[in-house]
Amino acid sequence: MIRTRRMGAIALRYFYLLRGSPARIVPLFAWVGIDIVLWGFISRYLNSVSAAGFNFIPALLGAVLLWDFLIRIMQGVTMAFFEDVWSRNFLNIFATPLSIWEYLGGLVISSIATSAVGLLVMLLLAGGIFGLSFLAYGIALVEFLLTLFLFGIALGVFASAIVLRLGPAAEWFIWPIPALLSPFAGVFYPVATLPAWMRVVSGALPASYVFEGVRRIVAGGTVSGAALAWAAALAALDLVLACWYFARIYRHAVRTGLIARYSAESLS
Amino acid sequence: MDRVSFHVGRGEIVGLLGPNGAGKTTTINMILGVLAPDAGAIRIDGVDLAAHRSRALECTNFAAVYAPLPGNLTVYQNLRIFGGIYDVPDLAARIAATLEEFDLARFRNVRCGALSSGEQTRVSLAKALLNNPRLLLLDEPTASLDPAAARDIRAGIRAVTTRDGRGVLWTSHNMYEAEAVCDRVLFLSHGKILLDGHPKALLREHGMATLEDLFIAVAREPLTLEGRDS
Repeated sequence: MIRTRRMGAIALRYFYLLRGSPARIVPLFAWVGIDIVLWGFISRYLNSVSAAGFNFIPALLGAVLLWDFLIRIMQGVTMAFFEDVWSRNFLNIFATPLSIWEYLGGLVISSIATSAVGLLVMLLLAGGIFGLSFLAYGIALVEFLLTLFLFGIALGVFASAIVLRLGPAAEWFIWPIPALLSPFAGVFYPVATLPAWMRVVSGALPASYVFEGVRRIVAGGTVSGAALAWAAALAALDLVLACWYFARIYRHAVRTGLIARYSAESLS
Repeated sequence: MDRVSFHVGRGEIVGLLGPNGAGKTTTINMILGVLAPDAGAIRIDGVDLAAHRSRALECTNFAAVYAPLPGNLTVYQNLRIFGGIYDVPDLAARIAATLEEFDLARFRNVRCGALSSGEQTRVSLAKALLNNPRLLLLDEPTASLDPAAARDIRAGIRAVTTRDGRGVLWTSHNMYEAEAVCDRVLFLSHGKILLDGHPKALLREHGMATLEDLFIAVAREPLTLEGRDS
C-alpha cells in the first residue's frame, strides 16, 4: 500500500532544501528566463526580416517554452534524486519502510512543484514581453503539457536509475540528455527535415509529436486527436518502462549491496 | 555470511562483536533490507522481510556512525522528514520529546553538518528512536562519543530497552561497552557466528578474564574456536 505521507516526506525534504538555499532557487527560473528572453528576441527579429508575415513567436518561442518545460520536469526529478546522492543519504532513505514507488512519487511531487515555478516565470516573460499567448494552441495545449510532463518524468526516472547503477560520477551522463534528444524531437524544425534514420528515432519520442502539433496549429491547421493520443500513450509507456528500469536497478542494488556502499563510487 | 542464525528477544540487547570484515555491518544491512541474503529468511516481529519489506521495516530503525543524517538540513527538519517516512503519529510532540531525551533541543534549528560528530551521533540516535522501533539496530553508536557522552547514551538506550521492551542489536569494538550493556553477545568471524551467550558465561566457559581477551582470541584463532564449539 502506497502511503502519501511518505511521498510527502520526500517532497518536504526538497522543499526544506530549496527554502534555505538561494543557489537552488535561482536555477528554477534563471535559465528558463534567459532562454525565453533570448528566443523571444530571436523570434521578434525573424518576424521583422521574414517576408511572408509568418509569426515566429508562437512557433519558435512557444516551442522553446514547451521544450524548457520538459527539461524542468526531468531535472525536477533528477535534482531531487541527486540531493540524496550528494548528501550520501541512500542508506538512511532505503533502510526505511519507504517503497521505491513512494520514493519515486516523492520525486515527482518535488518536480511538479519546481517545474511549476519555471513554467510560471516562462509564461509571464513570454506573454508579458513578447505577447505569446498559450490560448493560440487551443485545447491541444492540455495534451501537449500532459505528454511533455509524462515524458519528462520518464526521462528523470530513467536518468536517476542510471546514476543509481553507475554511481555519483554518472551524473555527468545525465545533464546532456535533453541536448542529445533535441535534434530528434524537432523543437525548431519539422521532423520531415531529418534524414530517414533520424525520423525513426523521432517517431519514438513523444515530444516530437508535440512540436509537430505546435507547428501545425501555428500554420493554421489542426492537430489530429489520434496523433496526440498516440503521443500521450507513448509517453505513458516510456514512464512505465522507466519505472520498471528503476525498480530493476534498485533490486540489483539490494542484491549486490550497492546501496549500502554507494558513496564509495567504485561501483561495477 | 555463512549460515548465520540468531534472534533478538524483546527487552534484550544483543551485541554483535567481531573483527573488521567479520560481517557485522553486512548482517545489519541485511536486516535493514538494503542487502538481500542469497538464502534464508529474516523475520522482524514475525513479519518476513523479503515478502513484506515495508511492514517489517516499520518496526525497526537504525543508527550507524557511517550514515549521518543530511548535513544540509536542520535537526528538526531531518526528524520531521524521517518521522513522516516512518509515519510516526503525533509527530510534533514525538520530535519535541526526542529532542529533550537526547539533549538536542538547543540544536533544533541547527544544520546537522554544523554539529560536532558527537552531536550528530545523538541526532542519529534520536532519529533511530523516533518511531519507537521494536527492533533497534545500532552499528557502533558510541564510536565518535567521548567517554562521558558514551556512558550517557548507553544508559539511555539500556533504559528505553527495558522500559519499552524493544530488542536491540548493537555492534561495537568497545568490549567494555559490550560487557556493560549487552544481555548476550554473538562473536562473528569470517561470516560465521562462533560464540553466542551471556558475556560473563562466555568468559567462564573459555577461561578468559575479559571480553577483550576473548575478542582477541576469536580474531586471531577463529578456526580453533570454531572447531571447539562445533
